Amino acid sequence: MDELLRVEKLRKYFPVNLGFFRSLTSKNEIFVKAVDNVSFDIKKKEIFGLAGESGSGKTTTGRLVLRLIEPTGGKAIFEGKNIFDQQVDPRTLRRQMQMIFQDPYESLNPRFTVYDIISEPLKIHHVFHSEKQIEDKVIERLEEVKMTPPQQFLLRYPHELSGGQRQRVALARSLILDPEFVVADEPVSMLDVSIRAEVLNLMFDLIQKHNVSFLYITHDLALARHICDRIGIMYLGKIVEMSVAEKIVYEPLHPYTKALIIAVPIPDPNAKRSEAVIKGEIPSPINPPSGCRFHTRCPSYIGDICRTKEPELVDVGGEHYVACHLYGK
Amino acid sequence: MPLMDVSDLKMFYHTSAGYVRAVDGLTFKVDSGKGLGIVGESGCGKTSIAITLMKILPRNARIFGGKIIFNGEDLVPMKESEIRKNIRWSGISLIFQGAMNALNPVFRIDDQIAEAIKLHEPGVSQKEAKERIGKLFELVGIDPSRASNYPHEFSGGMKQRACIAMALACNPKMLISDEPSTALDVIIAAQILKLMRELKERLNLAMIVISHDLSIVTETCEEAAIVYAGKVAEFGDIYGIFKEPLHPYTQGLLSAFPSIKAQKTRLISIPGSPPDLTRPPPGCRFHPRCKYAMEICRKQVPALIETEQNHFAACHLVNPVSGGEPSNG
Repeated sequence: MDELLRVEKLRKYFPVNLGFFRSLTSKNEIFVKAVDNVSFDIKKKEIFGLAGESGSGKTTTGRLVLRLIEPTGGKAIFEGKNIFDQQVDPRTLRRQMQMIFQDPYESLNPRFTVYDIISEPLKIHHVFHSEKQIEDKVIERLEEVKMTPPQQFLLRYPHELSGGQRQRVALARSLILDPEFVVADEPVSMLDVSIRAEVLNLMFDLIQKHNVSFLYITHDLALARHICDRIGIMYLGKIVEMSVAEKIVYEPLHPYTKALIIAVPIPDPNAKRSEAVIKGEIPSPINPPSGCRFHTRCPSYIGDICRTKEPELVDVGGEHYVACHLYGK
Repeated sequence: MPLMDVSDLKMFYHTSAGYVRAVDGLTFKVDSGKGLGIVGESGCGKTSIAITLMKILPRNARIFGGKIIFNGEDLVPMKESEIRKNIRWSGISLIFQGAMNALNPVFRIDDQIAEAIKLHEPGVSQKEAKERIGKLFELVGIDPSRASNYPHEFSGGMKQRACIAMALACNPKMLISDEPSTALDVIIAAQILKLMRELKERLNLAMIVISHDLSIVTETCEEAAIVYAGKVAEFGDIYGIFKEPLHPYTQGLLSAFPSIKAQKTRLISIPGSPPDLTRPPPGCRFHPRCKYAMEICRKQVPALIETEQNHFAACHLVNPVSGGEPSNG
């Protein structure tokens, strides 16, 4: 299979600042295990979704695979090379990997014009030698994101644009270097419903057109299922289930995935209201529960094994992976 | 007789750019034990509706006409002192958007709720107030022993529950909640929506749920009002609206929303963005974004017409069935 990125046992532990007095009394450093032994792969031209509640480590994973933050351990192999290798210059990576951030009100420099924002990557990477070529490329990308006529937008500042237009500028910027891989962290969660669909469709069309692979990070399963080829469900720094989008939604195996899907509100009054909402909230990642991390909230708790032994992510057939003792051998 | 009957309500903000017509000719009814969902995009006047119904307006806002009949009395001409004594909290209470920030961080939660109780019911002693708070906490599903905690000791979901408990402190007949589940995780949001559904039935509350998310409204309400640019575009029984949306804006909203269970189709967006409310477009306010716009739409404001039992729409495309009476729109 044409594989673009393979992540193996990726870990990121953030140290917790205890303060002066507690650091004197406690011997061990305390860590937030934001990402703990996460493995997955992304194929060429694939949209891979990472979904989960806040605090599940999905954003940290997204930042790690771009090497925006350094990992505690693990590998990310992009086109045969481990991107965490000290010999690899992050700058050469960035030409092939880009990111779209969640908040279009904070991810665009307010002092830059649209032209400055979109052309900056070209200038950093010295892609073209003449200003004319840069300008042509920027105009081409603006047309692609349906900001027409482009001349009207080139000299505008972000505050003169609506939320949807800003996110389209961010999309144009992320694609200006013709990257092979883009991480999109909740790109439409700040946008209005009527505008969200427009940005999503545009993104989807451009992914197809430019053959980009996407890592799509979201908390909204309905949305994830809509645009992703495969989805990984994260809980407290681990992937608990991973499969093609339709299987995750229609045949979920892990009790957490089932609970997530039940909890998604359905915009249809005729749909059956299921009352089986799991209780409690996501535990602290500083002291995650032993064994299976979901056992404290799990409705299908099967006994001591869940509390003591950590389930492995196993293949249950047909590229459907699940980490749960109900399915392990 | 409905508990609340709002007709032709107008509330404008006075700004240096002129009047912002945030609520402009709003008409709807709510019965006890029933929920009404108010759905619209940001900037269409949803929160303005909530603060107008409570009459907690900022200094630059004024009610310019219409009636808010609550329990047989019109709130619009009523004196501020009377509203504070008889209506707010004991008649209608409001759960604000972003419950995490609605609690005062330097006071214990039970003291904050007791303050509200004692202000509205001066005869109640501190001990009685604390007892009532214990019962309220049980009602909303928090351990009463946590009542004397500070807000920072509560998680997001618990804060939202505490805000609901506070809103119910003086046995109101009606509860208005502004975006009850945004900023909460899917599973927590589902828990809160379930709680609101149960409370509505148990306490026979009339409920207004304000949200940009159609699915949240379908989870909690029996009726819905689709609001666009300060006016009601469509109103009625939620089954009717979903089965046969009449207004093009409602149709657009419904097809812009991905559903987790429905067939995977391409999302359809509504072109353009909501209008500037200081200078709303003439005629039907939706006409610049409407694909069916006709000549009459640019000139004449469509009236809210009942097309069938409890299903109203304000659109020139909709013909009234024989016997349908045009209401004031």
